[in-house]
Amino acid sequence: MAAWSPLEWPVLRQVLTGDRTGRGAAVQSARTRQIESRNATADRVVQSVCPFCAVGCGQKVYVKDDKVVQIEGDPDSPISRGRLCPKGSSSEQLVNNPLRQTKIRYRAPHATEWTDLDRDTAIDMIADRFLAARRHGWQDHDEHGRPLRRTMGIASLGGATLDNEENYLIKKLFTAAGAIQIENQARI
Amino acid sequence: MANADCIILMGGNMAEAHPVGFQWVSEALAKGAKMIHVDPRFTRTSAVATKHVSIRAGSDVVFLGGLINHMISNELYFHDYVVAFTNAATLVSEDFRDTEDLGGLFSGFDPETGKYDPSTWAYADPAGGTVTGPSGEEHGASASARAAGHEYGSGGPPLEHASVLRDETLQHPRTVFQVLKRHFSRYTPEMVRDMCGISIDDFEYVARTIAESSGRERTTCFGYATGWTQHTLGAQFIRTAAVLQLLMGNVGRPGSGIMALRGHASIQGSTDIPTLFNLLPGYLPMPSVGRHDSYREYVDSIGSKQQKGYWAYAETYVVNLLKAWWGEAATAENDWAYDYLPRLSGAHGTYQTTADMRDGKVEGYFVLGQNPAVGSANGRQQRLAMAQLKWLVVRDLNMIESATWWKDGPEIESGELRTEDIATEVFFMPAATHVEKAGSFTQTQRMLQWRHQAVQPPGQAQSELDFFHELGVRIRARLAGSTDPRDRPLLDLTWDYPPDAHGNPDPEAVLAEINGYVVDDRAPLSAYTEMKADGTTAGGCWIYTGVYADGRNQAARRVPQGGGGVTQSEWGWVWPADRRILYNRASADRDGKPWSERKAYMSWDDAQGRWVGPDNVDFPVDKHPHARPDPSLGGAEGLAGDDPFVMQADGKGWLYTPKGLVDGPLPAHYEAAESPVRNALYAQQQAPARVLLARSDNMEAPSAGEPGADVYPYVFTTYRLTEHHTAGGMSRWSPYLAELQPEMFCEVSPELAAERGLVNGGWATIVSPRAAIEARVLVTDRIRSLTINGREVQQVGLPYHWGVGSDAVVTGDAANDLLGVMMDPNTQIQESKVASCDVIAGRRPRGADLQRLVASYQQRAGTTPETGTRAVTDPEKEGF
Repeated sequence: MAAWSPLEWPVLRQVLTGDRTGRGAAVQSARTRQIESRNATADRVVQSVCPFCAVGCGQKVYVKDDKVVQIEGDPDSPISRGRLCPKGSSSEQLVNNPLRQTKIRYRAPHATEWTDLDRDTAIDMIADRFLAARRHGWQDHDEHGRPLRRTMGIASLGGATLDNEENYLIKKLFTAAGAIQIENQARI
Repeated sequence: MANADCIILMGGNMAEAHPVGFQWVSEALAKGAKMIHVDPRFTRTSAVATKHVSIRAGSDVVFLGGLINHMISNELYFHDYVVAFTNAATLVSEDFRDTEDLGGLFSGFDPETGKYDPSTWAYADPAGGTVTGPSGEEHGASASARAAGHEYGSGGPPLEHASVLRDETLQHPRTVFQVLKRHFSRYTPEMVRDMCGISIDDFEYVARTIAESSGRERTTCFGYATGWTQHTLGAQFIRTAAVLQLLMGNVGRPGSGIMALRGHASIQGSTDIPTLFNLLPGYLPMPSVGRHDSYREYVDSIGSKQQKGYWAYAETYVVNLLKAWWGEAATAENDWAYDYLPRLSGAHGTYQTTADMRDGKVEGYFVLGQNPAVGSANGRQQRLAMAQLKWLVVRDLNMIESATWWKDGPEIESGELRTEDIATEVFFMPAATHVEKAGSFTQTQRMLQWRHQAVQPPGQAQSELDFFHELGVRIRARLAGSTDPRDRPLLDLTWDYPPDAHGNPDPEAVLAEINGYVVDDRAPLSAYTEMKADGTTAGGCWIYTGVYADGRNQAARRVPQGGGGVTQSEWGWVWPADRRILYNRASADRDGKPWSERKAYMSWDDAQGRWVGPDNVDFPVDKHPHARPDPSLGGAEGLAGDDPFVMQADGKGWLYTPKGLVDGPLPAHYEAAESPVRNALYAQQQAPARVLLARSDNMEAPSAGEPGADVYPYVFTTYRLTEHHTAGGMSRWSPYLAELQPEMFCEVSPELAAERGLVNGGWATIVSPRAAIEARVLVTDRIRSLTINGREVQQVGLPYHWGVGSDAVVTGDAANDLLGVMMDPNTQIQESKVASCDVIAGRRPRGADLQRLVASYQQRAGTTPETGTRAVTDPEKEGF
């Protein structure tokens, strides 16, 4: 490390460089001068919308090497004008959080631990169970002989955090299968 | 909101729960507007308010009713608006009896079912009798079970026709105006003081401010959140505000209205395109057995061709939906495959389903980006119910408590459940984040905004779109060749979405189907008025038609700041028809001229013969303001030039609801299901038509006047913090956010702390008839003890973001475990914002002692499943 020079005293540097707010050159070191913003080095910027509350703030997603490196408020948005709240500002961590699950986990009846499954097997198992539960809970008519054409064997909860297109396919598939106990946070 | 002269925020804490949206309140304040925050707690919203008014949780109808009475008694309402645009002048049936005539109930209550027969509430018919619904009147028991109130998300309830009697002098005793005046006359400033804990000075300040900020030159806007919806009287809270806003002329104009501040990125979208039991896309009802057995019965009951406005075309919207889902299999001959739709036979909401699950009637459960083990009321009941499932699929980003209750839930710790005994199979399927898939969210102002995909989902994660598409493909493959008629709806389903570069369905193709198209050439429709009822067009959600106009994804429009116009219309797309202000014909007077220069928006241009202004007019564009067609023409043709409420069956704003609400045509105050306060307005204590789930795992605390009420003497309310999101699935796993708000706490007043020996920073145990939880104590004068009916009432504030598990960065006891399930009969939404509890110093017991503590309270209070279930408090006064 180089010997400390009195000229490096931050207050003096602030005066000498005219950095009145103390947020520019006066507070830089040799190391910080070399740091480049993640945003500046991103390969592309994708426009998105915050996934938390229903205000719908605009987000800019900075991507480098097919990884999200930063998410910031979108100044173009007439709703949010570039601002994000603490939750919205944490969005990058929502995506890159090491605690996030990226593997399918399966808990067998009475088991005390999870095991792994490949996706093909898991979806096949769910499809089989879906059809069995549909069959077991099927009701053709009520006690007066009026049509019901439904199953009471399957229920679902969720949708307020999902996309319109996703809710559309979920409602469409469940309704065609005769499942009616389909609900989401809007009831709560 | 930025254009309002006065903003009333009630039933919410906008600065903390919607911080970025709150900048528009700040803009209004900077322009000189006033903002009043009416809330049990002093929050950061109150801190910047012109005035904070502390209110007892659950007493909002008294306060708002007091304002209505004040405006009518002092003739401060907007007379010309009220006469021209509302149903104030319309005459009500001779058979209607108000709460004033009875002991606190309206006419038509059926003590057998605990619900109303609403037929006496109807408008008087010029031809004699009453104006009923298109298929007669539906009993409240049936309407409530199918949560029919939810159907009015895009338009009002249907009427058989729009011919009514009107007295525009407003003097006839049966005019809505006179009924309203009489009904609210007992909502006096003194009553507000005694029931809400609000001083007469504060009440008068609010009344004066609203009156001065309404009328031709000025507008007042309301904002609310779940502090209004989550009550046994939730829909009526919002109705009371709507009545006040209509009286003051604050609907359909710049800076007016009532803003629902919703809490999830697409909770509006998931109601419009509903993953809800009682709705089909575009607020069409799911068919009910006995009521909608045939296609004709269904379409005739949901809307009448003789009513005014655009809901007269409901059949067209039905045909287009069925055609979108079942394509060539939907023909005129088979009633567009109507019989492929399953039927409801009562309430199948999430809480009834939970009870069925606990009773072993449900085999499989999908939980999609939601955390019911923490986020739903009565969490213990939720978890015990899931333990009865054969299989559970949880799709989420993080290993939430709803996926792990079988190994680390509170019932494992208490010994109520043993992991090895639980037979439920659990699949955890990792989900894609919002940047790993493309799609649209509908935000709280009905605006659809498209998200572009930034990256692919990691590992085995996938979007709901991919998962459900793939599940559908495999289910259909397994059923291929089946001759069972019950499989036809799945086999005939249109499920051929073109793949993107990764082999997953293209979400824009789904959006195009939602938008609608001409069947022959798949040309996208540009407006729902282009839809036909003859099978030549198809569209999945009529209110969204136009979002893919010209084959272009309009939700992806991103001109900076929405372009130069005041409506910022080049950003996103707003349903319906890209209108930014609903019912905006009301921004001009009866003659089509702006009410004032200051509040000019849409107006009639005689030279051009059309409505002009910065927005798309919410009205037939070439209909002259003086047009007075025969109302029996029905539809858009039947609308008069002064009928701005084009989705209401009579074209008017409803001060009084002749049908549609199942718990009364006017709001009336009743106490919460659990309350330490006697109702001073009426003999009737609780909302008579409230929906209960009387079970031993969902017991209620006795209310004031019942033995044992003093065992749970305090009122608690739940709320959000800025740093967390609902049940924590997207925030408690984030180290940033967990560090900012690490621990569950309760807010108590210094008086309550002294009464119970609570120490700031120490521990408290909160006990309800459902559960006991522990929380750190925050003693603060932000929450005040209130004088109600001459006695002190203490309130406890509880954030509800924490849950018991082992995977999150921070865990803690869940406030929602304390809540019982008592519901609003219009919406089947539970009462989360007010309930009874006790608070004691120290941590809660561990192991089996926890349930012993809860049980000892239940015994002391004498609580049984029957407690609190009486519908009518004083049958004699009601004439039974």
